[in-house]
Amino acid sequence: MTSVKPVEQAKQHAAQKVALPPRKHVLDLDDFSPEEISQILETAGVLAEVLNRPISKVPALRGKTILTLFLEPSTRTRASFERAAKALSADIINLSGSDSSAKKGESLIDTARTMQAMGANIIIMRHSMSGAPYLLAQHTDLSVINAGDGWHAHPSQALLDLYTMREKFGKVAGLKVVIVGDVLHSRVARSNIWGLRKMGADVTLSAPPTLLPEETLEAYSGELPGRLSIEFDLDKAVEGADVVMALRIQRERLATEGSMNLRDYIIAYQVNDERMHKAKPTAMLMHPGPMNEGVEVSHGLAYGDRSLVETQVKNGVAVRMALLYRLVGASGVAA
Amino acid sequence: MPEKVILSADEVLRAMRRIAHEIVERNRGTEGLVFVGIMSRGVPIARRLAALIKEFEDADVPIGSLDIGLYRDDLSQGPSPQLRKTDISVSLQGKRVVLVDDVLYTGRTIRAAMDAVMDFGRPKTVQLAVLVDRGHRELPIRADYVGKNVPTAHQEEVQVRLKETDGQDQVVIVEASTGKEESGGNR
Amino acid sequence: MNKSILIRGGRVIDPVSSLDAKADIYIKEGRVEAVKQGGKFTAPEGTPVFDATGLVVSPGFVDLHAHLREPGQEHKETIATGAKAAAKGGFTTVCAMPNTVPAQDSRSTIEFVQSRAQGSAAVRVLVISAVSKGRAGKELVEMAELARLGVVGFSDDGSPVGDAQMMRHALSLGRMLDLPIMDHCEDTDLCHGGVMNEGRVATRLGLRGMPGAGEETVVARNLILSKLTGGHVHICHMSTAGSVELVRHAKSQGVRVTAEVTPHHLVLTDDLVAAGAMYDTNTKVNPPLRTLRDNEALAQALRDGVIEAIATDHAPHAAEDKLCEYDQAAFGISGFETAFGSVMSLVHAGKIALPLLIDRLTLGPARIIARDKEGIGTLRVGAPGDIAVLDPDAEWQVDVKSFLSKGKNSPLNGKRLKGKVVATVYGGAVVYQEQRQVTTRAG
Repeated sequence: MTSVKPVEQAKQHAAQKVALPPRKHVLDLDDFSPEEISQILETAGVLAEVLNRPISKVPALRGKTILTLFLEPSTRTRASFERAAKALSADIINLSGSDSSAKKGESLIDTARTMQAMGANIIIMRHSMSGAPYLLAQHTDLSVINAGDGWHAHPSQALLDLYTMREKFGKVAGLKVVIVGDVLHSRVARSNIWGLRKMGADVTLSAPPTLLPEETLEAYSGELPGRLSIEFDLDKAVEGADVVMALRIQRERLATEGSMNLRDYIIAYQVNDERMHKAKPTAMLMHPGPMNEGVEVSHGLAYGDRSLVETQVKNGVAVRMALLYRLVGASGVAA
Repeated sequence: MPEKVILSADEVLRAMRRIAHEIVERNRGTEGLVFVGIMSRGVPIARRLAALIKEFEDADVPIGSLDIGLYRDDLSQGPSPQLRKTDISVSLQGKRVVLVDDVLYTGRTIRAAMDAVMDFGRPKTVQLAVLVDRGHRELPIRADYVGKNVPTAHQEEVQVRLKETDGQDQVVIVEASTGKEESGGNR
Repeated sequence: MNKSILIRGGRVIDPVSSLDAKADIYIKEGRVEAVKQGGKFTAPEGTPVFDATGLVVSPGFVDLHAHLREPGQEHKETIATGAKAAAKGGFTTVCAMPNTVPAQDSRSTIEFVQSRAQGSAAVRVLVISAVSKGRAGKELVEMAELARLGVVGFSDDGSPVGDAQMMRHALSLGRMLDLPIMDHCEDTDLCHGGVMNEGRVATRLGLRGMPGAGEETVVARNLILSKLTGGHVHICHMSTAGSVELVRHAKSQGVRVTAEVTPHHLVLTDDLVAAGAMYDTNTKVNPPLRTLRDNEALAQALRDGVIEAIATDHAPHAAEDKLCEYDQAAFGISGFETAFGSVMSLVHAGKIALPLLIDRLTLGPARIIARDKEGIGTLRVGAPGDIAVLDPDAEWQVDVKSFLSKGKNSPLNGKRLKGKVVATVYGGAVVYQEQRQVTTRAG
């Protein structure tokens, strides 16, 4: 076991904080402490430098095999994780979910166990059903990273949002963040409610009652530094906001579930220039993508100078590298 | 914890001066030299060496700082160390790179540092300067410039203290307690 | 069956006669022959004796709501395994719900179940017929014909009777036959796609919720239709405080309504879905686990008599039906073997007295299906010799591996319960006995 002797080790560690215990899974941000989130964001800052090197690849995950299992279409999250894994020298196997045999539960566990037998250490999974990553965390030995499960959680997105805000505003604590739109079906909103409040930002949800889950305030009650509130009137909600985060609207959903007429939604909840003007002069627009321009966000706003949308995408790789690095100690060594 | 002083402040300074001279001599000047300090204490030592060379030769040697965390060979074996930002803003392509660290011990840190340096380009040469070589090598690595060779036992700990980080220049040997060894993350 | 046994020295609780005293019970050839207080009863030589000293002796429990899965899903349960599990839970009469494959909606299926029960079941199995053919909600079953086979009620359980006109007709015909219509009250639009109670826990977990209103709107409809027709409506597995209020009000208006509640709706809440390792599919049940407030309203209703019966809704499933995503998992809890231990927590918490709890497990349900007339759920002389011997204070840990049911799906696995069935006697024969008890012979 001896590799780096205590002397050198002690010196290497001299300037750093107490090491966090190893982490096996990233399922949601509910079990992250503010300190752990801060460390991950700091690590992401360090790793962003790696991506700018002439050879933007480091050997930290050499010998690890990572499985991506996306049972729901996604281009950017998957590509971002793949880039992150490769920059850390992991081997990566991509499995897709158009394969309907992987849709039913038992074969989800089977698939994961098969990949584990082939030497996979970490699974990065996207699934249309809330809680699916917990199933694999419970029934396999793999490290599980939740890349989005149903309506429940999208922790890497929330972390990159935090990273982006910290980079832009210097800190997250004290920011006023308005999350607008289809909160009911949004895993991005749910993970951000945890992450932002743990880091001391105040979160206001603004959505029609039909797209807001029941008992939201009760669901997230508890002692967290940041407050959570609800304001149905978006024009009021954005007053004094630092960040306006628009969520993706699925038009099909509005129609089939009858939650709200699309025209009505646009009138009441579209983020546009007029509404951005009611926020702070320094306020920025964020969106987890993919965006329906002209629906949840007006045309032109997304790629203007008040938007962090492209920065979010860019930051995603470094943040996901930091998450993978966080798991490296507990994810086992390839056979 | 009993400690024994191996190098006093004067001796530290003298060792650095000697190393600085040797580097210039060995490389026949400062042309193409780049110092890469290994975090944490390799960085201030690299700065001092550069300052000394500026004094003798009136030449500027660029300095980079390197965190080898991502190159360690023991990442799978415990909590991941907190990473610090590597800052190598000059190209290392074709340069004479001098890696600078405080203590040379098993050689694993230097192995990791050499891998890292290679990712910043293809240097003409890579040399190694350390303030203390305490022996017990586990890899075929040796230093080109050594402030002092100090025979040590495994359970001892060599601590390099610098004005920049510790308020004074001094090198001491400490009898490491078992607890300390564990908290040091020896793995 | 038709055996004889003397159960000696227990605290006998018989709700029908309000008996709660130390007594001996002699069962002769399958029927209660004598209940003797004060002093020893002398049974004929050779009669097996069960020493119930320090234990509670109750009529065998009656379960109005069980899924025995046969025919069609014998990998989940059979009538034989289900009856054994029921016996372990203290139940001597269980009513088999009709969502079998094919459904219990015709003479042939119902006679099949009755004959299987006769041949293989350790306890009495009564049959509930479907309301509609194939439980499809389109066409009523032959209610009069099936009534003559001895079905105890009609239910499309698993699904509600969605069509109000069909419900009206079923209630009218049920009135003619003097049989209850037992409805699973769920508005399938309001609850569409739901997998757990709508509320803060579902919100946090991102699971689609089933609002309490999804039950209450159908309860209200049924009460109104019962009033209209004079038919007996029985509310299956009532789960919300709102339903309790509706039924309470209807009863005060003289509506012919009865109601049951499950042990899990009395003592468990939706917090369990987010507990421990999270998303435990064994917590998935329909109606879903609700909130503490609902627990309390249901316990209150049980005490008041707004709810007459505790029913298990025993719903065994195979491992693979639960070893999957929460959304994909089957609804249901394997409930026979933890029922008594669960509801005893109400007694230990001082929320209901033991004799009243026993009423809700015996006489209460027997009356709903009018089988108390035959002595079921009672210890009257001449009643069937069905007995549950109970240790209300025994603490034990639930281990699904030890379940006699094929269904190991219980959210209580690993939990500690206080209150245990020690032995079960059916028709004078011991059909379940905990290891520690020793039977001797009178002499």
